[in-house]
Amino acid sequence: MDIPKDRFYTKTHEWALPEGDTVLVGITDYAQDALGDVVYVELPEVGRRVEKGEAVAVVESVKTASDIYAPVAGEVVEVNAALEKTPELINQDPYGEGWIFRLRPLDMGHLDDLLDAAGYQEVLESEA
Amino acid sequence: MKETPLYQAHLRHGGRMVEFAGYALPLQYTSIVEEHLFVRREAGLFDVSHMGEFLIRGPGALAFLQWATVNDAARLKVGRAQYSMLPNAQGGVVDDIYLYRLAEEEYLMVVNAANIAKDFAHLKELARGFAVELTDVSEETALLALQGPKAASLLQGLTEADLSQRKKNEVFAARVAGRPARLARTGYTGEDGFELFLAPGDAEEVFEALLAAGARPAGLGARDTLRLEAGFPLYGHELTDATNPLCTPWAWVVKREKEYYGKEAMLATPCADKLIGLVLEVGIPREGYGVYSGDRAVGRVTSGGYSPLLEKGIALAYVEKEAEGPFVVEVRGRKVGASLSPLPFVPLK
Repeated sequence: MDIPKDRFYTKTHEWALPEGDTVLVGITDYAQDALGDVVYVELPEVGRRVEKGEAVAVVESVKTASDIYAPVAGEVVEVNAALEKTPELINQDPYGEGWIFRLRPLDMGHLDDLLDAAGYQEVLESEA
Repeated sequence: MKETPLYQAHLRHGGRMVEFAGYALPLQYTSIVEEHLFVRREAGLFDVSHMGEFLIRGPGALAFLQWATVNDAARLKVGRAQYSMLPNAQGGVVDDIYLYRLAEEEYLMVVNAANIAKDFAHLKELARGFAVELTDVSEETALLALQGPKAASLLQGLTEADLSQRKKNEVFAARVAGRPARLARTGYTGEDGFELFLAPGDAEEVFEALLAAGARPAGLGARDTLRLEAGFPLYGHELTDATNPLCTPWAWVVKREKEYYGKEAMLATPCADKLIGLVLEVGIPREGYGVYSGDRAVGRVTSGGYSPLLEKGIALAYVEKEAEGPFVVEVRGRKVGASLSPLPFVPLK
């Protein structure tokens, strides 16, 4: 499973990539593989304020629906509208074109509470 | 967890194994959507060895089956098959089944894997007083389903039998890839296709031969999306011990002109609900989601999922008989518009 080293991770299989004073959020390669064909994504409204760990979006695969949680507290400032027409981007490019929403964290320092690539790798190994 | 004779073959082909009715079976090999579409356009191969098979033999076999099933078994000629149901004493459904007449006094009944023990006990009980012998041959039977528009041409390359002469619902013995098999032109996908009953020791060889001939393996995930798109019921969802089949789109299976177990109760039970097909504007409906007519709760989704052909969420739902819609489905706290659809959801051959 691919785990890029340029970003942070959660135990619930989201990734968070810092960009300026915002972070892009998506789900990991492991998560998309476990879900299978993604066929629908319920996106949050731009402007919504969310707590760390709050369910922000829903990714539906053929077999199941999965909540996507905010990795840190903040405000949703953008959503990936391309997913409305092509939700399969999450399967095809989970770390790139398949990003789900962009948050402006209350405090960028909160990202330090998340896992790095090695830490996430350990989570996957403990789940296997 | 039990394994089918194809367990190792599933692992070799990358099957994602899950538990279903006590068996380890592949949910998918590559992608449910890909496997679904390959069945609709080419030919997919399913391992359905978990299904139950009972042999019913003896001079009283027909009389017994007339009593124990709702379809008219007397219309079944040797070498033919029919869809049917096992009624209970209350007019509900013990199971939905497929019945094959193998010889004058010999029938094969295929039942749902989760119901094997329940069905067999029920049939044993009903068989008292009939000159009939029941044998559960589930463990000695492997079952493959080759489904799709190219199923016949692909299978033809592996058998001497002239498949062009075999109609839907025919059952016959033939060798496939050199192995003895019983073939039936039946299935659960809405496509043309064949089901192959095999000795467990022959299953892997035949499975591999069909794949080498161009079929692709398909898992339980695609099996469910295909049957849902085809508008077929799944026991435990659209049909249960408490479902009166006369209140369903499958009422045609029940032949009222004959006598059968539980008939009076079935005829006396009024239909409070009807089964409808719904296509959602957005989102994916799942089992248990509420269905509304305007603001009024009128029913519940019994099977829901994604239709790879329509690229939309589709559902089978029971709603109050009088409910007219327009219907709305509550998807994770959000009310989503849903249009009524005829069954099947997609045009099928």
